[in-house]
Amino acid sequence: MNYLYFPGCTLYTKAKNFDQTARNCSLLLGFELIELPNWTCCGATFPLATDNLMALLPPARILARAKEQGEILTTLCAICFNVIKRTNHLLQRDGEKREKINEFMEMNYLGDLKVLHYLEILKQEIGFSTIKDKVKKPLNELQAAPYYGCMLLRPFEEMGFDDKERPTLFEEFLESLGAKPVDFPYKIECCGSFQSVGSPEVATECAYRILTSAMKQGAEVVVSTCPLCTFNLDQKQSDILKAHLDFKTIPVLYFTQLLGVAMGLDPRTLGFEQNAVDPIPLLKRKGLV
Amino acid sequence: MKIELSRDKVHNEFAKKVEWISGQNLFACYQCGNCTAGCPVAFAMDLGPHEVIRYTLLGLEEEVLSVNTFWLCASCLQCSSRCPKGIDIARVMDALRMVILRKKERRDYLQISEFPEGFLERVPQIAFISGFRKFLS
Amino acid sequence: MGSSGNGFIKKAMVIGGGIAGITASIDIGNAGYNVLLVEKLPSIGGRMLQLSETFPTLDCAQCTLTPKTVETGQHPRIQLHTYSEVVRVEGQAGNFIVQIRKKASYVDWEKCTGCGLCQQKCPSKYPSEFDRGMGLGKAIYTLSPQAVPNKPVINTSHCRYFLEKKCRVCEKICPVGAINYQQEDRIIEEKVGAIIVATGFDLMPIERFGEYGYGEIPDVIDGLSFERLNSASGPTNGEIRRPSDGKVPKEVVFIQCTGSRDPERYMPYCSRVCCMYTAKHARLYKHKVHEGQVYIFYMDIRSTGKGYEEFIQQTMEEGILYLRGRVSRIFRDGEKIAVWGVDTLTGKKVEVLADLVVLATAIIPHQEVKALAQILGIPIDLYGFLTEADRKLKPVETNREGIYLAGCVQGPKDIADTVAHANAAASKVQSLFARYS
Repeated sequence: MNYLYFPGCTLYTKAKNFDQTARNCSLLLGFELIELPNWTCCGATFPLATDNLMALLPPARILARAKEQGEILTTLCAICFNVIKRTNHLLQRDGEKREKINEFMEMNYLGDLKVLHYLEILKQEIGFSTIKDKVKKPLNELQAAPYYGCMLLRPFEEMGFDDKERPTLFEEFLESLGAKPVDFPYKIECCGSFQSVGSPEVATECAYRILTSAMKQGAEVVVSTCPLCTFNLDQKQSDILKAHLDFKTIPVLYFTQLLGVAMGLDPRTLGFEQNAVDPIPLLKRKGLV
Repeated sequence: MKIELSRDKVHNEFAKKVEWISGQNLFACYQCGNCTAGCPVAFAMDLGPHEVIRYTLLGLEEEVLSVNTFWLCASCLQCSSRCPKGIDIARVMDALRMVILRKKERRDYLQISEFPEGFLERVPQIAFISGFRKFLS
Repeated sequence: MGSSGNGFIKKAMVIGGGIAGITASIDIGNAGYNVLLVEKLPSIGGRMLQLSETFPTLDCAQCTLTPKTVETGQHPRIQLHTYSEVVRVEGQAGNFIVQIRKKASYVDWEKCTGCGLCQQKCPSKYPSEFDRGMGLGKAIYTLSPQAVPNKPVINTSHCRYFLEKKCRVCEKICPVGAINYQQEDRIIEEKVGAIIVATGFDLMPIERFGEYGYGEIPDVIDGLSFERLNSASGPTNGEIRRPSDGKVPKEVVFIQCTGSRDPERYMPYCSRVCCMYTAKHARLYKHKVHEGQVYIFYMDIRSTGKGYEEFIQQTMEEGILYLRGRVSRIFRDGEKIAVWGVDTLTGKKVEVLADLVVLATAIIPHQEVKALAQILGIPIDLYGFLTEADRKLKPVETNREGIYLAGCVQGPKDIADTVAHANAAASKVQSLFARYS
């Protein structure tokens, strides 16, 4: 089975490692990500102003075009996923807005595409037990802290991803790889998101709290599903070090990078050079590379 | 400071505009403070989200529009997901941003020219695209 | 059923004909025992008859109450003594000898058919107490067109005949010759086995609130007055018009906890119903005056009854502005009333120039309860409410066997709790009677 895939802007540049590892792992798991032709930016925020239909157009177009190609659309970036899935939800339920948007797009999309995050594909379409069977290099009880962030989970009624207060899907995934998931209270707290542009020091503080929360519970690595979360949690650790002298760094990896390790992919293809905090020493220590 | 309340003040244009853009009924807020209690960036805010709602309802436009609260909101939706009255507070915060960003004279919160050198090369697209949409008109 | 072999009298006296007394009387009567219902006003119904709608359902109070008053009036086991007062009680459970003063009504109720002509023609008008002084009543009057019993009385302090020895219009017009200016108070004696006290409540008079104008600002009224303004049978036929000039108020301020929860100056307790009836008032006003604005000053909102919290939240959502804080002072400012309050949620002082101010004044016991307690030989508390035998386990009993409490005479209650309390008191009487079969 193949799945339509919307990469989004960042996965072509700053998060190439996210994109590449996901594509490569898919092949090993027996499916292919078919990149949507001529895709555009999703808009990067779901418009919260109820009168802003313009901002709904890019995700609506992405959905409408995807529907011409298939039935299931998947994304990796949690923000793209949120924007596209919420738009889809709105187009399903708000007939008035749907009509206006369709009229403008000169298309007729009814909101009937299924939008799944890559993690959902792994769980629902492939199955974590299958993944477990295909793991070549179990992660040796690596203490991995699954960081969900906000966009996969909220709003719960629209995303329907998992329990909004105590999700476990990510943990199940990590377990199937042979890692030991670390439960930590900040796994659903915000990384600061786009405040890394608006108020960088606030985002730094958010990241500091999340990372220390994970480390307090014994995490050796934090695992992420979003290029913006990863930027805030990983790249900003140099800023955290300036603000908090007691801070110790911790590697932050995309879940697909860990999947790649477990599937036995060549570490040189996993894009670790794009990670700010080098995970290689940890992975070596665990005998994983 | 003193507030002189009247019908016009309670149904002030400012609050109406915020309600219109956000699609939320500010009168539904019973000031429990849950939004502020769970807000990840409340530590840096001049007023908590619940206070901003109260000030807006009472027509304190100038005061509200001068605080950093809604600019600091990261739209993480923690508040909206836990509001016992079902108010989508993140939408209210966004509406306040919009009230400023939609003004005739351009009043951007960020000036791209003021970013440190190399900053935009360093941050991922997703950060500045969503940031620009939240902070620029 | 009357008395049993050992002389235990299975007949009850209920003092007070409000919803509590009516409920208890019907319960005991339906159980097969005779009841004397003593009411000091000319007809039964009590405070509830003054209300327009009731929370949380917004049912018309009179529509809910009238079937009950009619049932009471027609009940074969209930004997009404309206316009009457209990003056003496002796004996003990099973054998109380009670004396009831039947006040002179100056109308022979045996002859009177309740045609109402006398009230129509009576030339003497004065501010009606039932309408909280806002409407005009006649010197010969019934409390309402649906009064039970539907028999008028003459108020001698306003009747021209009693004041000036002239007029006699009612006597001339009465088609059955029922007017009798020579009638005098009578004392009757009855024997009963049990007594239920259900004399209800009063409101703390607004004259006591200096900071709110000592009752001298005509457009500062209390909650019961607002009920009358809003009532279709009230002085404005249900239109919200302020007393001073009859204008429809556009800015209305409600002040909760006026005299309640104020241990230093007034009553330390919570009056329990003000949060709810204020919310109700606000909504009823808003339904009638769409363009008006309501401000409710509150300290806390207490809405613990079934469906009450939902009612409060709906009220807020309808655009009623709740302001958390007390009002320090109100005073006249031209045609307006300046209200100095606070919104502690923003920490800011709030000023409103209101057209009408409604004070949710504290619920207090009737002044006469003190004397009644002495007659009955039961204790009152610090505030004048009758004391139950145990705060938790004996909420309707008193420390005297055979005497029970129902409703607000024991402490502030809403209608639902009052009815439950009255049901409980009636069942206590029944179990007492059953013990002596």
